[in-house]
Order: sequence, then C-alpha cells, then structure tokens
Amino acid sequence: MTRTSEVGTRASPMIHAILTEKPLESLEVFQSVGTSADGAVLTFEGRVRDQNEGRRVTGLAYEAYAEMAERELRGICDEAAARFDVGAIITAHRVGPLEIGALSVRIMIAAPHRAECYEASRFVIEELKVRVPIWKHEVYADGSARWVGAAPADAAPEPLSPGNRASEDTP
Amino acid sequence: MEGRLYHREADPTSTIGPIRVRVLLFGVYGEMGGTRECRVSLPAGSRVADIVETLRGRPGLELPEQPVVAVNQAYAGPEAELSEGDEVALIPPVAGG
Repeated sequence: MTRTSEVGTRASPMIHAILTEKPLESLEVFQSVGTSADGAVLTFEGRVRDQNEGRRVTGLAYEAYAEMAERELRGICDEAAARFDVGAIITAHRVGPLEIGALSVRIMIAAPHRAECYEASRFVIEELKVRVPIWKHEVYADGSARWVGAAPADAAPEPLSPGNRASEDTP
Repeated sequence: MEGRLYHREADPTSTIGPIRVRVLLFGVYGEMGGTRECRVSLPAGSRVADIVETLRGRPGLELPEQPVVAVNQAYAGPEAELSEGDEVALIPPVAGG
C-alpha cells in the first residue's frame, strides 16, 4: 500500500489583510511568506507618485472606513485563495499622510508556481481598487488639494456602483 | 430638511419607530457635508433610498443620483431596509491602491 505523504496537500493558505498607519516596509508579516511548498514568491508594491493627471503632487493622505476596508480586503484575499492555488496572500494598505515615494500598498503572494502568483496578485490589486473603501486626498504644488475620483461640484454626477469607479490613476 | 436630523430621544419602548441610525460621511462627502458623522431619525421601515433623500437636503452635500452606500460595513442597495442603530456609510468613489 502506498503511503500518502503530505506532499500535494496543504493546510489553508496563510492570509493577512492589514490597514496600517505604519510604513509597510516595517511590517513583520512580510518577513516570512509561504512554506517550502511554495516555489514562487511575488511582491507588488504601489507607491505615491509625484504627479497625477498632469499636476505635480507634493503629498497625500489616505482615509479609510477602517473596519469595512479591512473586512473587504480580507474578503478579496479569501476569494483569491479560493480561485488560485496559493500558499500565502499578505496584503497591506497604508492610511494617513504619506510622502512622495512612500509605499501605499504591498501585496505578497507565495505559490507553488509563478502563474498563480501573478494571477492572484493582479486579482487582489484590481479588486482592491474598486471595492475597498479607501480615499485619497492629494495636495498639489500650487497649494490646492482635492479628493481623487470625486467629481467637481459643477459636473453632472454619474451613478456609482462598487464596480464602476475611477481606477486608472494609480499605480 | 435639517429638522429631520435626529435631535431628541425617541421612546425606547416604541416598536413603530422612528428608528435612529448613525451616518458616516467619508472623503469628499464629509468635506461637502461639513461633518463626518451625524445621527438621523427616520420612520420605521425606511430604506437606503430614503436616508439618501434625507441626506440630500443637507446643505452643501451634493450626492450623485444613486450614491454607493454601506449598511453595517457591507455594501447595500437602495431597497435595503434600515433598522434601529444601523451604521450607514456614504461611500464616495474609492481610490485605494
């Protein structure tokens, strides 16, 4: 009788979904991602650009509906883990004031093979951008500031749904 | 419309309302509405669409025809019914990432 080893089976993937005011580089959760069954590890990072839509950005702040944002983010990671064969999905989004160049989001995926890493990573960032209640307040070189994605007060507002949002601006 | 914002204790033994909900205004909505949080009193049986219409009367708060709303931290459609103590959040276009 063939003895079945644990090869090919795995416990539930490691999943973390985090909102934090701390620099994302400092989070310990990114130190050890996945297991020896995961031959591929992929990191996606989004960081604050110095310009947006032709305007020079000097700083910004992210505001979040913290409890819901963490819940939505966790839901997205769970969905990704159900769709793709991965060992770990660690996602963190920064909130509060950020300087130019600072990391706004980091997604680390570990999986047996690279294809799942790329697919899961793409899935998480695209879903995050349309579903997670986080807002960006940009400050510009001329001293003005605005909420990104918000229609100007004099523009005709469009009906919005969680799947119909401005999402092409970052990163 | 300001008068419909909650400003007195309802009878806690009443079962026919009104109901009181906590409203959160995020991002540009908070800026336009001049507050990030308020309490609103509505007739029992009110739905998401009803509270949106009530909030539309708030000076400065310009809402799209059908703003995205979350009830108790989950996205909810205009027909979702509200209950006493619900947390209702108006969600402007999100911009994380």
